[in-house]
Amino acid sequence: MLIDWFTVAAQALNFIILVALLKHFLYRPILAALDAREQKIAAELADAAHQKTAAIEQRELFQQKNGLFDQQRKELFEQALQAANAERLRLFAEARSAAESFQTSYRATLLNDAQNLNQAISQQTHQAVFAIVRQVLADLASANFEDQLIQMFANRLQALDNTAKASLLAAINSVDALVVRSAFTLTAEQCTVIQQALESCLATPAAIRFETAPELISGIELVANGWKIAWSIADYIASLEQSVGGLLIETNQATAANSNAA
Amino acid sequence: MHLSPDQVIFWQSGFVKLNATIVYTWAIMVLLVVGAKLITGKLSHDLQRSRWQNLLEIILLAIVKQIESVGLSEPRTYLSFLGTLFLFVVTAALLTILPSYEPPTGSLSTTVALALCVMVAVPLFGVAGQGWRGYLKSYLEPTLIMLPFNIISEISRTLALAVRLFGNMMSGTMILAILLAITPFIFPVVMTVLGLLTGMVQAYIFSILAAVYIAAALSIDQEKKHH
Repeated sequence: MLIDWFTVAAQALNFIILVALLKHFLYRPILAALDAREQKIAAELADAAHQKTAAIEQRELFQQKNGLFDQQRKELFEQALQAANAERLRLFAEARSAAESFQTSYRATLLNDAQNLNQAISQQTHQAVFAIVRQVLADLASANFEDQLIQMFANRLQALDNTAKASLLAAINSVDALVVRSAFTLTAEQCTVIQQALESCLATPAAIRFETAPELISGIELVANGWKIAWSIADYIASLEQSVGGLLIETNQATAANSNAA
Repeated sequence: MHLSPDQVIFWQSGFVKLNATIVYTWAIMVLLVVGAKLITGKLSHDLQRSRWQNLLEIILLAIVKQIESVGLSEPRTYLSFLGTLFLFVVTAALLTILPSYEPPTGSLSTTVALALCVMVAVPLFGVAGQGWRGYLKSYLEPTLIMLPFNIISEISRTLALAVRLFGNMMSGTMILAILLAITPFIFPVVMTVLGLLTGMVQAYIFSILAAVYIAAALSIDQEKKHH
């Protein structure tokens, strides 16, 4: 008999015991380990996915911030450039204005100096010419300079043309007295000479008031209601001043041009 | 010369006896349980693990996949039973490489016991899966007339299971014994290799058939669920 029923029962029991033992010692722990590992891997994958998402978000944020930063930097750079340009222009304008004002004041100073010099030269020239003429006249003709001057003035009065005479007459009528100004005090003879010369010229008596005016510089003039006849060294001096003044102006302009070029 | 290890009796007291089948079965049980205990004693739940643990995981996952491929939707429920069937039969076949060892599966008593276990387990799983009514109803499918045929089929397939495994294992051992007597050198080695292969295939067939029977017992329920 191939089948031994005791062995069958024993083997069935053995098998059931083996099932129970293996379930306890093999399947359960192995499956638990597998599950634990699967869960761990799933958790790690989820974590990795989460980290990836976070990294992508961070990257996007970074890129956004970077873009913003670039834009801000560009704007700030533009602003700085504009401010620097504005400051440069302002400083240029300021410097130009300062230079111009300095140039103006320098030119005014120069002009002032020239005028002062001119005046001093003119003054000294008057006096020098006056002294020279007086000396020359005294030496050559034994003539008094003032007398000669009065004489010449008288001659000029007498040589007046009719139009001038008419004007002078009209002036005399409108004022009380004619005014004769001279650089030096006239003697009685000299006053008489002038009186006679005027009366003979106008063929009418005229009241004359004599005044001394040192600024005329060896000169004499007759003034009546806007009408005037005069002779003075000052006239000659004036032409001399004009020529000397022209020379001075030319010199100033040359100096200014040189300073600008510098 | 004996056909079955049942005939090798170490100790007997009336009806109770201790034969080679039972002793070798205990040996296999000890081997399996101690091996499992040793490996699972220091299980790693991390990614790093021992080679033995890896081997066990591969075997178990392969069994689970096979059970799943038969059509059982919750393979872990049946893993203890089907996995133990497979491991026991495989170990019994593998140990044939040891001299003077006789596989307990070469005993018709063992294969009958295993087939009876399957015969009991199938309705148990069927009842657990779809209830008494649902399971008993499956005997009336497709019609009432089929009831005796279904019962016959149940018994005959159990018998077929037992005899198929017994025949294959026993024949392997027998051929080996005969060849050892005739040509003691090369042929027994070749036949041992062939016997190992046959043992593996039989273990697979036995477990898969058991899984298929369980799946069949549950199929009505699963079909209803699918519909």
